[in-house]
Order: sequence, then structure tokens, then C-alpha cells
Amino acid sequence: MTIQRREFIAALAGGGAAGLAGCSTLTGDDSDAEISGETLTLTTTSSTYNTGLLDELNAPFEDRYGVSVDAVSQGTGQALETARNGDSDVVMVHARSLEDEFMEAGYGVNRRDLMYNDFVVIGGPDDPAGIGGSDDVTEAFTAIADSESPFVSRGDDSGTHTKELEIWDEAGRSADELGEWYQEAGQGMGDVINMANQQGAYTLSDRGTYLDMQGEVDLEIHVQGPIEDGPELLANPYGIVAVNPAVHDNVEYDLAMAYIGFITGPEGQDLIENYTANGEQLFYPEALSEEPNFRQYVPEGWSADGGGNSSDSSDE
Amino acid sequence: MSLESATTVPLLAGFPFEWNYIRSIIVVSLYVSVAAVALSTLVSLPIALAVGFSDFRGKGLLTSIINTGMGFPSVVVGLAVLFTVSNEGPLGSLELVFTREAMIMSQFVLAAPVITGVSLAAVSSVEQNVRDAAYAMGGTRLDVALVTIKEARYGIATAVLAGFGRAISEVGSVLIVGGNIAGADGTSKTRTLTTAIQLEAQRGRFETAMILGAVLLAIVLVVNGIVVRLGSDEGGYR
Repeated sequence: MTIQRREFIAALAGGGAAGLAGCSTLTGDDSDAEISGETLTLTTTSSTYNTGLLDELNAPFEDRYGVSVDAVSQGTGQALETARNGDSDVVMVHARSLEDEFMEAGYGVNRRDLMYNDFVVIGGPDDPAGIGGSDDVTEAFTAIADSESPFVSRGDDSGTHTKELEIWDEAGRSADELGEWYQEAGQGMGDVINMANQQGAYTLSDRGTYLDMQGEVDLEIHVQGPIEDGPELLANPYGIVAVNPAVHDNVEYDLAMAYIGFITGPEGQDLIENYTANGEQLFYPEALSEEPNFRQYVPEGWSADGGGNSSDSSDE
Repeated sequence: MSLESATTVPLLAGFPFEWNYIRSIIVVSLYVSVAAVALSTLVSLPIALAVGFSDFRGKGLLTSIINTGMGFPSVVVGLAVLFTVSNEGPLGSLELVFTREAMIMSQFVLAAPVITGVSLAAVSSVEQNVRDAAYAMGGTRLDVALVTIKEARYGIATAVLAGFGRAISEVGSVLIVGGNIAGADGTSKTRTLTTAIQLEAQRGRFETAMILGAVLLAIVLVVNGIVVRLGSDEGGYR
């Protein structure tokens, strides 16, 4: 530990001396040395964590940079809140509206699209609401509500929960006014899938977690997402955001950017592309494109005049 | 062939039950709980002796406060410790959030009232005439304390065990302040047996969760056995 710290200081001093000497190019080795021995804290959602994808991504990153990654699995809401307090260095989440809020308030910088998969509506094989094979998810939700079939909601401000509320909204229903058949679990995706399985209930799941648990439950996919030509409303894009070092000066910003660079680069994107569970691909890389959109990411409806006040920009 | 068997037994295919992983989880669990219980004992025992020996106004109230502390909900303690060690909190500059040290802090807060309360009961139950005799034989306060500890040793051992049981089987606060972190190399950093069980249950791998539960139970049994054995080797216990 002490030795690592010394090396770190030596590397910093060396880098500084090189900078003073007017050495304009920083070699890869130098930038590696500056962050080696440090620990990156990543808060992320249960859907990336529980599927095992992160282990696959983090091991080669740790090897290359000589650092360790502490991955903490929380709901999207909690993950962003932890980052807001400066307790994590980088967040990987999947609820664009909450990410935008986080960015607009100045807590995040350098957001990148990372990957996507989709949501699916799953339920017991008997399908009491008769929604099997539907390609309109709002109609399916309406059918579930009309037949008062049991439905388990995450109810935990996660990205999946945010999406579910958006679909109820599109279906013209308010989640507060649904009947007793609608249960808010307040738990992670895996727990909710287990609960739905016990009751033969419907739930909205990200495809990755469902595929990962498919062997252990009787639930089936009744409404597909866009990966299997389902409605675009069920798209599930993941983003990665570095915590703004100007707000929290303790965050490991260099390391966070190295991590973002690694997983949005060819190696990280390949790992995402090739990661499977039960023989099926869980996530689709989205960071690299032959026609890159090279503008800095700007939250929807954001204007510089808003001055970082999110309520102003949402009013416009 | 191997692929086929992997699909027919998906539970075993995703089995994280390799020895390094489980051993690191056990090490973290024991490290955190033993450290917290040792610290709690150092603080609790003098308090229990001091309160047990003296009579003062408000002794009853203090005793009830200690006994109430035995029932602190662990998630509330976890939340309080999180606010303390968070970057925004009073100890933020120490960067303790999601570390074992933060977990030890929360376990300490949970175990200390248990150890204090149970030892206080044990110390108080040592008959007054034993203490009087020690005084009468010209003992100092320290001698009397030692005699009382000797008389109450089984009760005090029970107190430490109860504190240990509370610490190692607790899930709420270690999950909040520790973050349930395991490295990509498959070893635990802040993952304990209880939080690992929680994660496995969440992933629907109930068999793995059950096996981890059996390991936890075995550890508690072994620790209990050791303490009881120690008590009996020293001439039995009351």
C-alpha cells in the first residue's frame, strides 16, 4: 500500500517534471502510472450488476491500469443519489430523464451512450389478461388493468420502475389509482421476478435480468421489446456519466474517464457484444459508430440560458 | 457434452461457489464482526461495571436507555453511519463510505448496547455479599471489579456472544454502508455472508443462498462452542 502510494507520488512528480520541461506528449505509460493503485467507485443498477456483465468488463480494466473497481449495485435513483453526494466516481444507469436531471444540476459531466437492451413484459404461462404476442405495450398494460390481473411493480425509483410508470402514463392510467392487484415491491429486479413467479403475476423486466433468471422461473415473455421487433417504447438505453470533479473535488475523475474510455472503446464494446447468459446476448454495444454524433451530450430540452435550473428548462 | 450439462443444470452453471470467493466472504464477515465486537467489549465492559457497581439517581433510566439500544433497527443505524461517513457528512474527508471500517462502525453501534446491557445484568446479579467480602478483605476497587468479573464471567461471555451474533447475522446496515462489493477477481471486499445471501436470493439462486446460510450458521455455532468450552475449562460456569 505504502509502496503503491510512493509510486503514485513519484509518477505524479515525474509527470509534473515532464510537463515543466515542456514535454508535450504524455505517453500511455505515464497516464497509466498516475492512476495505478487507486480505487474507482462505480454505482450501477442491479440489471448490469446481477447479470455478471460488470465482472467481465472490470477484470481487464483492473489489469490494464493496476487499479481496482468497487462496483456498488443500487437502483438508478439511489445510484444517482450516491453520486450526487460525491460517494461514487462514475455512474452507469438506464433512466434518461433521471440522468438528464443529474446532468442539468451540474453533478455529472461527459455522459456517453454505452449500450442498450430492451424491456419485456413477462408473466405466468396462463396469461390471464391475454396479452401474449401483443406488439402494443400500452394496450397490453390496459388489458392487464382491465382484467385486474396481478402485477408486481419495482416501486423503487429504478430505471425499470421509471419506464413502467411512463407506460402506465401512456396508457392513460395513474399508478396511484390502480387496484389491489397492483403491488409495489420496493425491491430489485431479481426479487420482483421471484415475487411475480410465486404469484403468476405480470411484471416489466429488463431483458438481461429475465434471461439471466429464465432457468429458475416459469415466467414467459408476453410482450417483446425492440430487440425482437417490439415497440420502441420498450427501448432500454444505458448511459455512463462521470461525477463532476468541480462539484466534488474528492472524486477520482481521471480514473473515471479512463474507465469510460475503456468500456466505450473497442475492447469494452466487444466484451459487451459477446457477453451471454443462457446462450443469449444480453446487451448491445452503442458507444461506437461509423457515423459518430460528435456533439457533446446535452440533455433533452436543455438550453444554456436555463442556468442549470432544471425546473426552468422543464417548464419551457 | 459439457455445454449440455451446463444447460441442464443452470443452477450449477452459474454457481459462484468457488472456494476463493467463499473464503474471502467468510474472512470479511469475521474481520468486520470480530473487530466490532472487540471494540464494543472494550467500551461496554467498563460501562457495565461502573453502572453495575454504583447507585445514583437515574440509574434505572440509564439502564432502560441501554436496553432500548439493544433493539436499534440495523437499517436505521446503517443510514445514520452512512450520513456520517458520506462525502457530505462530518467524517466525509476520511473517505470511509463503502469500506470495512464503515461496516465496523455500524456493527459497533449495534453490538455495544447488547454487550453493555447483558453484562450489566450479569454484573448486577453477582451477589452483594461477594462484593462486600472482597471489600472486607481489604480489596481495592480494582480487586473488587476483578472478583465481580470472575463471578460474572459466564454472563459476560454470553454478552459478547450475543453481540457477536447480532453483528455477524446483521444485513441491513452492512449493505447500506459497505455496498456489498466483490472485486472482478472474484474476492469479497465488503461482501459479507449475509449480504451475499441477500444477493443470491435476489438472483433467484436459492440453493446457493441456503448453502451460504448454512456456513453462517456453522460459524455462529463454532464460535458459541468455543466460548462455552473456554468457560467450562476454567472451572465450569454458573
